Amino acid sequence: MGREVAAPPDVRGPVVAAVVLVVNGKKHEVPLEPRVSLLDALREHLGLTGSKKGCDQGTCGACTVWVDGRRVLACLTLAVACEGREVTTIEGLSSGGDLHPMQAAFIERDAFQCGYCTPGQIMSAVALLEEGHAGDDAQIAEWMSGNICRCAAYPNIRAAIRDVRDAAGGER
Amino acid sequence: MQPFSYARAADAETAIALVRERADAAFLAGGTTEVDLLRQNVLRPGLLVDINDLPLSGVEDLPGGGVRIGALARMSDVARAPGVSERFPVISQALLLGASAQLRNMASMGGNLCQRVRCTYFRDATSPCNKRDPGSGCAALEGINRGHAILGTSDKCIATHPSDVAVALVALDAVVHTRGPAGERAIGIDDFFLLPGDTPEREHPLEHGELIYAIEVPATPVARRSVYLKFRDRESYEFALASVAAAVRIEDGTVAEVRLALGGVGTKPWRARRAEASLIGRPATGASFAEAARQELAMARPRPLNAFKVELAQRAIVRALTTLTDGEPR
Repeated sequence: MGREVAAPPDVRGPVVAAVVLVVNGKKHEVPLEPRVSLLDALREHLGLTGSKKGCDQGTCGACTVWVDGRRVLACLTLAVACEGREVTTIEGLSSGGDLHPMQAAFIERDAFQCGYCTPGQIMSAVALLEEGHAGDDAQIAEWMSGNICRCAAYPNIRAAIRDVRDAAGGER
Repeated sequence: MQPFSYARAADAETAIALVRERADAAFLAGGTTEVDLLRQNVLRPGLLVDINDLPLSGVEDLPGGGVRIGALARMSDVARAPGVSERFPVISQALLLGASAQLRNMASMGGNLCQRVRCTYFRDATSPCNKRDPGSGCAALEGINRGHAILGTSDKCIATHPSDVAVALVALDAVVHTRGPAGERAIGIDDFFLLPGDTPEREHPLEHGELIYAIEVPATPVARRSVYLKFRDRESYEFALASVAAAVRIEDGTVAEVRLALGGVGTKPWRARRAEASLIGRPATGASFAEAARQELAMARPRPLNAFKVELAQRAIVRALTTLTDGEPR
């Protein structure tokens, strides 16, 4: 245990070492310990506080982001493991001052109360449409089940998702 | 979470060598169990070797009707692979009834087989737990054990194996291919999962530094008509209280071939061999199904809080077989 061996050059840590992250198309070099989660790197080191820490154990979905275009949980992802991958957060969803259609639909449909789960819900909802899993309400509910809303805004969240789905000319 | 070192391996040999040279090293794949348990201080590795760059994420149809699933294939990708969903619907169904969409995008198939139990006493990092701290006792025996196992238990551990897809793979006689310091080997999946017995800390026969690189499912024509049923406390995103992987072929009204395995009730994914043996040659009726289920659960060792699982598992078996044989001439 703990035996020191001639470490190959690519062994990092346990102390802080530079990690290169590409988030929302922008490259950052962040000093991080390997144990830092992607969620903490985003929130505490890059100031991207849109992704929320609800449970920090992979059960609530508030930290949902995309890695290489797929929705994943930032709390169960190590930041260092994201080197060489593209991370997209809620801050990267809109272009300029225009809201993403899903963001606009959430406002239009009042798809939240406290709003804490909303960034995760929206990142999941956009991915859901990309995946083609929004055929009907039952399918939406099943494929959104990894995003918990303690305020129980579920009917309005589904309505927002339906709106975007239908405006896009049906399920893709 | 304790500090640890990190290395990303580009090939299997490097990954195995890196883990092999440190007793406190571990592989990192999807991380959905591992990072969670690191944060709980249940796992305390000194080095994580990230294997996600290894070329092990393919799903390949084998000539003759089998399929070979790379250890790093993600649950979501395997579920929608045509060679899986058409030949082995029970695998796709089990995958899609597990976890959430986000977790299925992350979790690898090899990692799924190695996932740790959901017993709260194991996960709290403080209670007596023979699995986490051998010899310390089992807080679940007299604790809150509603979700715990009734089959394959010992007086050292009653934690339920949490995987859904492993239940389907056990029903289908899948084979786990590994590569380790001693070379390659193939482990029948029923032998891959160990009963707790007196050594609940040992969950599978992998040696330190031995890497799963593929799961092979042999051609199984009966599986084209197969189903995975899962019963749980809520409709989605929850572990099973009882689940059934089933495939059956009826000839002239009698059971000619059957595969049955149970989840949510065993300390390992539970192949229901007694029920299978009872069914062969019997008429495909509810009475035969109920008798087979009764025989399988006759060896259950329930506790007061999980005694309901004995009946639930039997009904689940009957439901699965009825679902598959509905419309068959009797």
